[in-house]
Amino acid sequence: MSTIKINIVSSSEEIYSGEATMVFATGTLGELGIAPGHTPLLTGLAPGPVRVQNGNEEEAFFCSGGFLEVQPDLVTVLSDTAERAESLDESEAIKAKEIAEKELSNKDTSIDYAKASAQLAEAVARLKTIQKLRKKQ
Amino acid sequence: MANTKEVRKQIASIKSTQKITSAMEMVAASKMKKTQDTMLEGRPYSLKIKDVISHVALANSEYPHPFYEERKSKKACFIVVSSDKGLCGGLNINLFKQVISKSAELNEQGIDSCFALIGTKASAFFKSVGGEVIAVAEKLGDKPNPDDLIGLTKVVLDMHKNSGIDQAYLCSNGFVNTMTQQPNVEQLIPLAPEEQSESNPSQWDYIYEPEAKELLDGLLTRYIESLVYQAVIENNACEQAAKMIAMKNATDNAGDLIKELELLYNNVRQAAITQELSEIVGGASAV
Repeated sequence: MSTIKINIVSSSEEIYSGEATMVFATGTLGELGIAPGHTPLLTGLAPGPVRVQNGNEEEAFFCSGGFLEVQPDLVTVLSDTAERAESLDESEAIKAKEIAEKELSNKDTSIDYAKASAQLAEAVARLKTIQKLRKKQ
Repeated sequence: MANTKEVRKQIASIKSTQKITSAMEMVAASKMKKTQDTMLEGRPYSLKIKDVISHVALANSEYPHPFYEERKSKKACFIVVSSDKGLCGGLNINLFKQVISKSAELNEQGIDSCFALIGTKASAFFKSVGGEVIAVAEKLGDKPNPDDLIGLTKVVLDMHKNSGIDQAYLCSNGFVNTMTQQPNVEQLIPLAPEEQSESNPSQWDYIYEPEAKELLDGLLTRYIESLVYQAVIENNACEQAAKMIAMKNATDNAGDLIKELELLYNNVRQAAITQELSEIVGGASAV
């Protein structure tokens, strides 16, 4: 089976580097599935999971935004922060979501509304990744 | 002739200085390890984004980004990365010398300079030398947060967008090894085009989701930010390495000084004893 090279990096470390038969990611315009030989593509990433399929094996990563570049034989994910889905802690994610919601609800304080809603979107995406993983197990 | 008490005092004071410098050497050595690790962790991202940018440069894009455009230059901006603390040898001053000479070179071509400064040392230096300072970021610490640099980068990029500047240079120390740090002045804007593109004009272009302009703006801004961030963490590693070497030299020098002073101390003491003895002998024979 033909494969495509995939590299996932965040600004502080290299997350994953390897081969894949299929890559799934959450673009700003919706879910993407990338197979080997895909036409060149450049897109922004929305907070959400990036899944790397190689044969029957699958690995998932959480990505809170960034860029995705596709060349016919290469996928590069430039993530703002990425972490292995296994290391996602659900209670942490729920806590983050609660904090973000609380900050959103008291608008009259000096808290930056845009920042709070971005935090909320990230926390929700994190939770979704965890729940998706749970279902599979 | 110096008396023994004076010499003893001097030895004691140099010894306490030596204690401080040797402690600072050890602190710098342990910090150097950490800052080097941070530097290495940041490298994959900057390498990958460089790859992507070079692909983008090769693509026959529907939207030529202003960062690639060679404009007639009237003004250049230097982003100068320095350390927050001193006592690291000639690290900062060597870099500033290069910046000043590059700025003078541009001045001859009729290009003015302005400066965006990172680190306390740079802001202190350019305050005393003069020069137009457009942005300052200080006290970033040993593990700088990329967010702390966004503001400064944005000031520079906005000025470029409004045609306030036409060129930007990134000036920082490159880490060669523990003993050697290389001051670099690197052109950021306009982005140097890849040479391959001339020999092999490309026909393909990306699919952009959503818009090419929006995406490339975001990507290239992120690229510049990542270069600046990488320069800052590399400069941190340089600072600790240079500090370690400087403090090691200071400790060694203090050791040499102490040796010399101890010799002087023994001479003075011996001279005093001899003098006293000859006085006693002289006194006894007079009686």
